[in-house]
Amino acid sequence: MKAMMTAWLTAALLLASQLAQANLTIEITRGNESATPIAVVPFAGGEGLPEDVAQVVHDDLERSGYFEPLPRRQMMDQPSESEQVRFGDWQALDTRYLVVGSAEREGDGYRLRYELLDVSGEQRMLGEVVTADAGGLRGAAHYISDQVFEAITDIRGAFSTRIAYVTSQGVGDDMQFALYVADADGHNSQQVLSSREPILSPSWSPDGGKLAYVSFETERPAIYVQELGSGKRARLTDFQGLNSAPAWSPDGRRLAMSLSKDGQPDIYVMDIASRNLQRLTRDSAIDTEPSWAPDGRSLVFTSDRSGGPQLYRHDLGSGEQKRLTFTGNYNARGRFSPDGESLFLIHRSDRGYQVARQDLDSGRLVTLSDSRWDESPSVAPNGTMVLFATQQGNSGVLGAVTADGRASFRLPSARGDVREPAWSPFLN
Amino acid sequence: MQFKPYARSLAIAFSLALVAGCSSTGGTQDGSMDGGVAGSGASSSGVSGGQASGSGYGGTAGQQADGRIPQQRTIYFAFDSDVIRPEFESVLAANARFLRENGNASVVLQGHTDERGTREYNLALGERRANAVEQFLSVQGVSPSQVEVVSYGEERPAARGQNEEAYAQNRRVVFAY
Repeated sequence: MKAMMTAWLTAALLLASQLAQANLTIEITRGNESATPIAVVPFAGGEGLPEDVAQVVHDDLERSGYFEPLPRRQMMDQPSESEQVRFGDWQALDTRYLVVGSAEREGDGYRLRYELLDVSGEQRMLGEVVTADAGGLRGAAHYISDQVFEAITDIRGAFSTRIAYVTSQGVGDDMQFALYVADADGHNSQQVLSSREPILSPSWSPDGGKLAYVSFETERPAIYVQELGSGKRARLTDFQGLNSAPAWSPDGRRLAMSLSKDGQPDIYVMDIASRNLQRLTRDSAIDTEPSWAPDGRSLVFTSDRSGGPQLYRHDLGSGEQKRLTFTGNYNARGRFSPDGESLFLIHRSDRGYQVARQDLDSGRLVTLSDSRWDESPSVAPNGTMVLFATQQGNSGVLGAVTADGRASFRLPSARGDVREPAWSPFLN
Repeated sequence: MQFKPYARSLAIAFSLALVAGCSSTGGTQDGSMDGGVAGSGASSSGVSGGQASGSGYGGTAGQQADGRIPQQRTIYFAFDSDVIRPEFESVLAANARFLRENGNASVVLQGHTDERGTREYNLALGERRANAVEQFLSVQGVSPSQVEVVSYGEERPAARGQNEEAYAQNRRVVFAY
C-alpha cells in the first residue's frame, strides 16, 4: 500500500464548516391514525429562551409516528408541574400522556425540569432535572424526548442521534457536492467535506466518531475515512476501477466494500488496521452494496448474477451465499433492522422504486414508501424509522417512514438536492 | 481553427446525415459511415485540417485530421443496456482511429447512467457501459495503456428531470481526453 494512502491527509477541504449551514425542515406527509395522544405543555419560564424546548419535544414525538401531540391552542390549561395538573381536563381531551416542565437560567446555561404523567392513571411516570449549556438546549430537549419515548413505548429513543447526507447543485461538469452531518431532526448541520466532484455512500463507524465515504476528488472514486471530531482523514483505497459502497462492520475493525480491481465489481472486506483484503464474491456479475448483519456474522449485498439486481446473503463462517429476494425483478441496497430479523431495501414495482421491508424468516416483502423515486434506505438505530432519498418536484429531498409504514415525513432543503442519508448509531 | 460553436453543434447534430452526402469533400473517415467499422484499419487517406475548419458544416465528426481530437465524444445507451448501438459505431471508430494514430494521447471513458435505481448499483452499471466501449476500442487496435475507465453512475447527470428525454441524455459514455 502506498505511503500516501496510509498517512492522514490534512483536511484542506474542511474549512469554514460552521458557516456552511444546510439545515433541513420537517414536513409531516402521513400521520399515524393509531398514534397515541400526548400533550407537551409549553415550559414555564421558557419564553425568553433561544429554543422552545417543549416545541422540540413535541416535534420529536410527532415525527416518530408513535404519538399525536395535542396542538397548543387546544390546551385549556398550561400547568408546569404535576401538582397543578387537573387530570379530568386532559381526560376530556382524550390525552393519554402529559409532559410538563419549566426552564430557568443557571449561570451561563439552563436548568430544565420536566415530568411525564399518565393521564388515565393520574400518576407521575418520570421526573428529572436536566442542565444544559447555552448551546445545548436542543440537545437537552432531544434527551427529554428520548426519556419520554422509552418510558411509554419500552423502545430506546433515537432523537439524540445524527444523520449524514450529501447535497449537490448544478449539472454535468459544473456541479458542487457537499457532505453534511446534522441532528436527526435536520437542525444543527455541519459541513464535513465539499468538492466539485461527486461524494457518496457515507457510512458511520459503530462508535459514531467517523464516517467512511466515497469521494471522486481525484477524479476517480476512492474510499476515505474521516474523524468527525478532528476532521482528520485518510484515503483507504484507490484501486483501479470502482472503489465503492463502504460499510462498517459492527465491531468497527473492518470495512466491507465493492471493488472492481479484479474485473467486475466484487465484495471485499478490508481489515482497517492491516489493510488486508478478503474477497467474498468471485463472478462475472455486479456485486455491490454490502451491509453487515448486526451480529457481524454475515453480510447482505446486491448482485445481478441472476440477471437483475437481487439481494444475497454471505455467511462469513461457511462462505455460503444464498439469494434472499424473489419478489419482482429489482431489489437492491439492503439494510438490516437492528434486531437482524428483517431487511429494508429498494424494491421496484410497477409504480417505481420504493422502500420495502422484507421479513427474513417468511420472505414476505411489504412496500413502505409511496413515491416513485426512492433510494438509499438507512435505518434508525432503534429500528423504528427508515430514512431514504426521494424526489419532491424536481429536487432530491430526504424522506422518512416508520418501520411499519404507518407514518412518514420529509426533510426538504432550502436549496439543491439532498440524498444519501445515513443514520448514525446511538451516540450516548 | 476550431469550429465556431454554431458550426460545431451543427456538425455534431447532423454528422450522421452528412457523412453520406459529403464524400465529395474527399477523405471521409472510411468505415465510419457504413457501419463496417471493425477492421477498417488505417486505410484512411486523411482529411486536411483546412477542409474541416474552412467549410463550416463540412467537417463532420467522422472526419478528423491526424492530431485532432474527434468532435463527437459522447455516445448514448438504451435503458438498462451496455450494448453499443449501431448508430454510434462511427463515433467510436473515429475516436479509435484518433487514439491509434496518436499513441501519446490518452482518454478517460466516463460511464454514466440515468437516475433510476440505487446509486451504488448504478456506479457498477456505468462501469459496465464504459467497459463495453473500452472493449470496442481494443478490438479496433487501441492500446489498453491509452484508455482508462471511470464510472460516475448517476452522479453527474447531463440533464435534469424525471422523464425519458432527460434519462436518454444521461445514459452515456463520454470520451474525456
